[in-house]
Amino acid sequence: MANKLIAVLTDLGHRVTGALWRLGFASRFLLMILVYSGTSLRRFHLTIREIYFSGVMSLIIILVSGLFVGMVLGLQGYDTLERYGSSSALGVLVALSLVRELGPVVAALLFASRAGSAITAEIGLMKATEQLSAMEMMAVNPIARVVAPRFWAGVLSMPLLAALFSAMGIFGGYLVGVRLIGVDAGSFWSQMQASVDFREDIVNGVIKSFVFGIIISWIAVFEGYDAEPTAEGVSGATTRTVVTSSLAVLAADFILTAFMFRGA
Amino acid sequence: MNRATLDLWVGIFVAIGLGALLFLGLKVGNLTFASAGETYQLHAKFDNIGGLKVRAPVKSAGVVVGRVSEIKFDPVAYVAVVTMLIDKRYQFPRDTFATINTSGLLGEQYISFEVGGDTAMLKNGDFIKKTQSAVVLEKLISQFLFSNNKAGEAGGNAKK
Repeated sequence: MANKLIAVLTDLGHRVTGALWRLGFASRFLLMILVYSGTSLRRFHLTIREIYFSGVMSLIIILVSGLFVGMVLGLQGYDTLERYGSSSALGVLVALSLVRELGPVVAALLFASRAGSAITAEIGLMKATEQLSAMEMMAVNPIARVVAPRFWAGVLSMPLLAALFSAMGIFGGYLVGVRLIGVDAGSFWSQMQASVDFREDIVNGVIKSFVFGIIISWIAVFEGYDAEPTAEGVSGATTRTVVTSSLAVLAADFILTAFMFRGA
Repeated sequence: MNRATLDLWVGIFVAIGLGALLFLGLKVGNLTFASAGETYQLHAKFDNIGGLKVRAPVKSAGVVVGRVSEIKFDPVAYVAVVTMLIDKRYQFPRDTFATINTSGLLGEQYISFEVGGDTAMLKNGDFIKKTQSAVVLEKLISQFLFSNNKAGEAGGNAKK
């Protein structure tokens, strides 16, 4: 009995220490990325290449999901607002929910599964096939050459993708609300403009997406770099990237929202 | 894929991304007044501000000329002190009358300036002397019911 208890406690302690160890390594890794990111900014075409793979390749999924999310918001919002006879506030509803929350968060979740997993798999496979070690042998720093450009590409792409998602969503809401259902276009836009504030809503949304970009890229490159150099290890790391970064994004969203939109 | 095509695609991506931001700023966020920047401060004391909130518009003749920037409680005089940022382009006479109005029956509250005839203009940091408090709907309804009752009674008496 006592032995079993000790075994359970040992296991628990092992897990906690393991998690803390990984957190510490991840923080040190982030610091190393920042220290070595000079190269990736000086040889900017490396970063541009990665922006192509994580940003441009995510465009289709971001634009299409943004459009559909906006159209659903238009339908659902109209259904609810119509009960209170204020369907002209549909524009406000669609714009505020997209710009403040859905744009940054859903775009971040899509980005994590579309680009984050790809980054992890790529770096993990490079590690498994010992390309990273080979670079070190050639006196090329793999963090500066491989990791930092991917990190910065993610950080730079994320706000743009979130803005595109929001814009597309508002367009979708406009299509459904104004074109399909027949809410007055004038009140749709003017009420939206009256209640969406540039600094309070849009800039805060951009800040959010920027923070999410840092979180996702950091987790993705770290999981790739830390992956066990086996096929199984890489697949596990890819899964962990998606799960961890999605959870981290949602938790960070709560904290940021609590700071940004606390009361009037 | 060669570098030129790559650059082109990334360029397109960044351009439409910034375009989306611009769309959000101009079309959705209406970035005309907030960024004008050039403002001056006016203060006004109200007995009751009702549901007035920070960032509520300040209107004159229905046109937005500024925003409420701060609402404080004066612990000495027991009144609300409202600070407003007014667009530098618009000057108002010293005897401007500030009232708290409601847009529509249950809409948001805003401050309305009714312009007087004084030739001297309000300067940065001035207090507006003449103010009228917000109309509290509950008070108004109770007053209306009360006075209506009285009128009814009076009418009844007259008939007798």
